[in-house]
Amino acid sequence: MKSKWWIIGLSIALLLAIISPIASKFPDGLDRFAEDHEFADKAVEPAFTLIPDYSFPGITSEATATIIAGVLGTLILFGLVFGLASLLKSNNEA
Amino acid sequence: MHIPDGFISAPVATATGVIAVAAIAVAVKKTNKKMGEKQVPMMGVLAAFIFAAQMLNFPVVGGTSGHFVGAALAAILLGPWATVLILSSVLVVQSLVFQDGGLLALGANITNMGVIAGFSSYYIYKGIDALFKNSKAGTLVGAGVGAWFSVVLASLACAAELSISGTSPWAIAITAMGGVHMLIGIGEGLITVAVLSLIMATRADLLKLQVA
Repeated sequence: MKSKWWIIGLSIALLLAIISPIASKFPDGLDRFAEDHEFADKAVEPAFTLIPDYSFPGITSEATATIIAGVLGTLILFGLVFGLASLLKSNNEA
Repeated sequence: MHIPDGFISAPVATATGVIAVAAIAVAVKKTNKKMGEKQVPMMGVLAAFIFAAQMLNFPVVGGTSGHFVGAALAAILLGPWATVLILSSVLVVQSLVFQDGGLLALGANITNMGVIAGFSSYYIYKGIDALFKNSKAGTLVGAGVGAWFSVVLASLACAAELSISGTSPWAIAITAMGGVHMLIGIGEGLITVAVLSLIMATRADLLKLQVA
């Protein structure tokens, strides 16, 4: 059976989320710049946290916490933008 | 390249916030007219893919990493206005749910990684593609070069915002941000070309879904 192309696309995205614990832990370009030039401490702590640092809270295994956060985020984004685009499409037909 | 709260001043946050809101409003209007059967899942898949791929930081040099932005890929597949909607959604979720990128800095992050990265890569891609008479090679070269510029230009916009905010002197900000992102941009180019090659080889029809 031929799978729908977008199911394959979404599966690839989920696969990336599942392997996300292998990501480099080095600070990114902006964070490195902030650290090197001593303005990193200017960063204000967020007013609230849900899943900070892409790590699902309350899970001891760091890799598992990252995978859960990644899969959740990937599904949220798919649902949200699919929904938004459907809305724009139905507007179009109305 | 996600700016946290505290790095940019209130005027810079406000100005970029206005740019972001205006861009999203126009993007809704522009894409509204052209969203079709295949574009809806493509929008969702791209948002999901970009979110997941952004988690995969790759090391570049001197203990620094970079990550995919995805604006170029989205712009080439769906056009720059659809890209504004996709990247804005990704950045809003990253900020609200994952505390990556400040809430007050959201406008700046959308301006840099959505608007500037999306439009710059799109027009550079278009130009090169036309130069190569829209051949496969032209599409891939344009995509790679456009993707590289998208990251470098977004990083320079970020540097400008930091220096206008008084966080870092201009000369230092552009050298540091531009320098490392010239390397990170190579990663962006490679990933963008790889994904487009895969689509070209398997479902070339999906390269023709540009909405706006």
